[in-house]
Amino acid sequence: MILFELIDYDILRVIWWLLMGVLLIGFAMTDGFDMGVGALLPFVGRTDVERRVVINTVGPVWEGNQVWFILGGGAIFAAWPPLYAVSFSGFYLAMFAILAALILRPVAFKYRSKRESARWRSTWDWALFIGGAVPALIFGVAVGNVLQGVPFELTPDLFSRYEGSYYGKFLGLLNPFALLCGLVSLSMLITHGAAWLGLKTEGEIARRARTIGSISGLATLAGYLLAGLWLALGIEGYALVGEVVTDGPSNPLYSEVSRTATWLSAYAARPWIAIAPLLGVTGMILAVRALRRGGEVSGLLWSKLGILGAISSVGLTMFPFILPSSLDPRSSLTVWDSSSSHRTLFIMLVVTVIFLPLILAYTSWVYSVLWGKVTEDEVTGNSDSLY
Amino acid sequence: MELDIVELSRLQFAMTAMYHFLFVPLTLGLSILVAIMETVYVMTGRPIWRQMTKFWGTLFGINFVLGVATGITMEFQFGMNWSYYSHYVGDIFGAPLAIEGLMAFFLEATFVGLFFFGWDKLSKVGHLITAWLVAIGSNFSALWILIANGWMQNPVGAEFNPDTMRMEMTSFFDVLFNEVAQAKFVHTVSAGYVTASVFVLGVSAWYLLKGRHVELARRSITVAASFGLASALSVVVLGDESGYSASHTQRMKLAAIEGMWETHDAPAPFTAFGIPDVEARETHYAVEIPWVMGLIGTRSLNTEIPGINDLVEEARARIESGITAYDALMSIREQRGAVDPAVRETFEAHSGDLGFAFLLLRYVEDPRQATPAQIDTAAEDTIPGVLPLFWAFRIMVGLGFTFIAVMAYFFWRSSFRRQQYPRWALRLAVAIIPAPWIAAELGWFVAEYGRQPWTVDGVLPTALSVSHLSVADLLLTIAGFMIFYSVLFVVEMGLMLKYIRKGPFQDVEETEAWEARHEHRLRTHDGRGPFAPAGAQARSSQDDAFDGSGRGPATDTPAE
Repeated sequence: MILFELIDYDILRVIWWLLMGVLLIGFAMTDGFDMGVGALLPFVGRTDVERRVVINTVGPVWEGNQVWFILGGGAIFAAWPPLYAVSFSGFYLAMFAILAALILRPVAFKYRSKRESARWRSTWDWALFIGGAVPALIFGVAVGNVLQGVPFELTPDLFSRYEGSYYGKFLGLLNPFALLCGLVSLSMLITHGAAWLGLKTEGEIARRARTIGSISGLATLAGYLLAGLWLALGIEGYALVGEVVTDGPSNPLYSEVSRTATWLSAYAARPWIAIAPLLGVTGMILAVRALRRGGEVSGLLWSKLGILGAISSVGLTMFPFILPSSLDPRSSLTVWDSSSSHRTLFIMLVVTVIFLPLILAYTSWVYSVLWGKVTEDEVTGNSDSLY
Repeated sequence: MELDIVELSRLQFAMTAMYHFLFVPLTLGLSILVAIMETVYVMTGRPIWRQMTKFWGTLFGINFVLGVATGITMEFQFGMNWSYYSHYVGDIFGAPLAIEGLMAFFLEATFVGLFFFGWDKLSKVGHLITAWLVAIGSNFSALWILIANGWMQNPVGAEFNPDTMRMEMTSFFDVLFNEVAQAKFVHTVSAGYVTASVFVLGVSAWYLLKGRHVELARRSITVAASFGLASALSVVVLGDESGYSASHTQRMKLAAIEGMWETHDAPAPFTAFGIPDVEARETHYAVEIPWVMGLIGTRSLNTEIPGINDLVEEARARIESGITAYDALMSIREQRGAVDPAVRETFEAHSGDLGFAFLLLRYVEDPRQATPAQIDTAAEDTIPGVLPLFWAFRIMVGLGFTFIAVMAYFFWRSSFRRQQYPRWALRLAVAIIPAPWIAAELGWFVAEYGRQPWTVDGVLPTALSVSHLSVADLLLTIAGFMIFYSVLFVVEMGLMLKYIRKGPFQDVEETEAWEARHEHRLRTHDGRGPFAPAGAQARSSQDDAFDGSGRGPATDTPAE
């Protein structure tokens, strides 16, 4: 018996599309507050002790959180090889900027408090700022570009080529709509970081964090609504043409794509997906409310809901497209034509079903061990073992 | 596709991978050594073992973070710089990478935070389990990445699919239990254990030379020497396993390492010294040890190991067969939906050699148009750089045997000479600290450079694997990585040295109080170790040997 045929190819593709969403959302919910905290660090912590309190709120968990990102990369490689191949090379310089920021961040966490010098520490504080703010911005910019389509084409050998020289490729990414998406992403993660600090710190730090967080929360909401409006009115969508084969071989060139409708026609075809943006907006509003009223756990939870709604609204709007091509629409990658083979998707699902619950269980346990506020006394009293 | 992009992409990958592997072996081994030390602490309750755990743990942490940070580059660089490779083999190669994240990275990264931050939040046993989970997680990650790498050396369990223009998995178990992957895994983790043991040994020896932190250093040497001896033995034995599996899976690499141009009558000799000459197709000044190569490579006296010249002939035949496969593939693509069964049959018969036809793409647009001269050149291309491989391999093996000797010596002094170490031996231990890193990097060089001109042996040539990038893109990122990584290296080394000079700084009072209380057990009245045989004489001269106490003969301390 061939085991992997237990689950149909097209169902596996949808499951892996969902799992890719789970990984991205897991990344934004966990590592997202680390990045937000990094971006907030220079502003909510004025003295060295305050900054150490801020850093130590994420000190024990950032490493685990970051694995969501690394696993995201690995899972895309395993389940969506064409997506991994086309997007990472197409966004080459942007990826390099993300890598540089994400390499800087672990080092800054670990090394900052290992020397006394004020200059040493303030240098690493700015490294943490860059390590938090730059990736948060670029991820949003990338989403903004994906929604507009990326200028690539596939040769008959499925080698991907891009239009424009390197600066064109890089500066071309920084168009107004993409920048708006970048700002939404940045302010969303700052709000999330502020909600985390509201939960894990007390006194002045928590107060400053909540103030900044409620402002950035409003900015997120406004930017998200504006981006939605822009998407509805000013950006061409993509649609599959003709009979759609959902369980055929993963060759994007086998399908035809047109650019006629707007992306929002998805809401006419599948009205239930409106729940995603609604949840996003609700989460953003309630997060701001909780931050203003001093709600600790609720602030973080509402912020998570906002993230869940915002990210899933992008995915659901584009479905079945994953990476549309503006240069040659036929090359666009969709759920139906850019996955791994049937067998690989099945094997990876089995592994995920075994390990993902385990990961969630021990991660929750670690968070529960670390439950409670980080205080100035704790930080000054344990200079040897804390950051 | 220009050659420049290929060369620059290779340079960047080699640079970032070798840099990454400066940190990985120490993480692999030190995580286990630290867990062993903490285990002793939990079993005996002696504070000095906790101090050791924390001290080596601090150095582990400084190193670990750069291993993680530079590992992010590795995970994403396949897509960034090796786009066609990622498309072509992602169906197989991506899976172990994703499993590595699920099974290993989450484990080590989640618990490493708790290891450093959880001393007051967990029970003794709880914290010990955390330490072991970090060690297991690190070692699991090595398993999965080497399964991925092993597949590049010996691509089993996969076949080409003309519809998707890529390799697809046919058997996950073949990929998992690939003999090359398994041999590489045990060889690599053992090398990591040796690295950490040499590191702990060297730093402790430095303390003994300076007469500082003597109790910590003596115990650390004992742990490092015993663990290091076992690891140094296994790294050589398991390296031999790699050699054995290479003799039938990566024959060209093996022949190049040996500088073996002609097939020798079995059993082949091992060339201990020589200067391989590619032009002349011979190895000058060769010093041969009869039979050894045949025994290592085939574990028999009558199996031949093919030489480079015969393998080039074989490659030539496979290129011709690959052209047939390529021709059939083009027909299949043109007649999509209505493929002539005869064409499909032809393709299936020759698809294993398709990659060899791709070797021609450097010289001709369409492999079917290749001239016999071009086929000859492409066949010649399958010979990797013999001279560097020949020597890199021999230096690595020489270092491997050196580690066995050093570890055996310290193990002997530690176990049977009451932990007394001559100063020359301590100086030697300090001096060889960099050696395991050199051996490990050379090992990777042999494995990866020896696989050229392929990224996936016999399946996908390196020249075809790259992304559509410009030279400017690559120069920018290479310069960026160079500057960025150099700064990080200086910062890391600075911190490492600072914390080594500083010595153990946690639990100091508790440990000193314990040492004072147990002075009578730690030392006999003449200043010798606690297990000195009755009536042993105190040494008259301590010039040539370190007596292990660091403070001269102790006075009698009354028992509590």
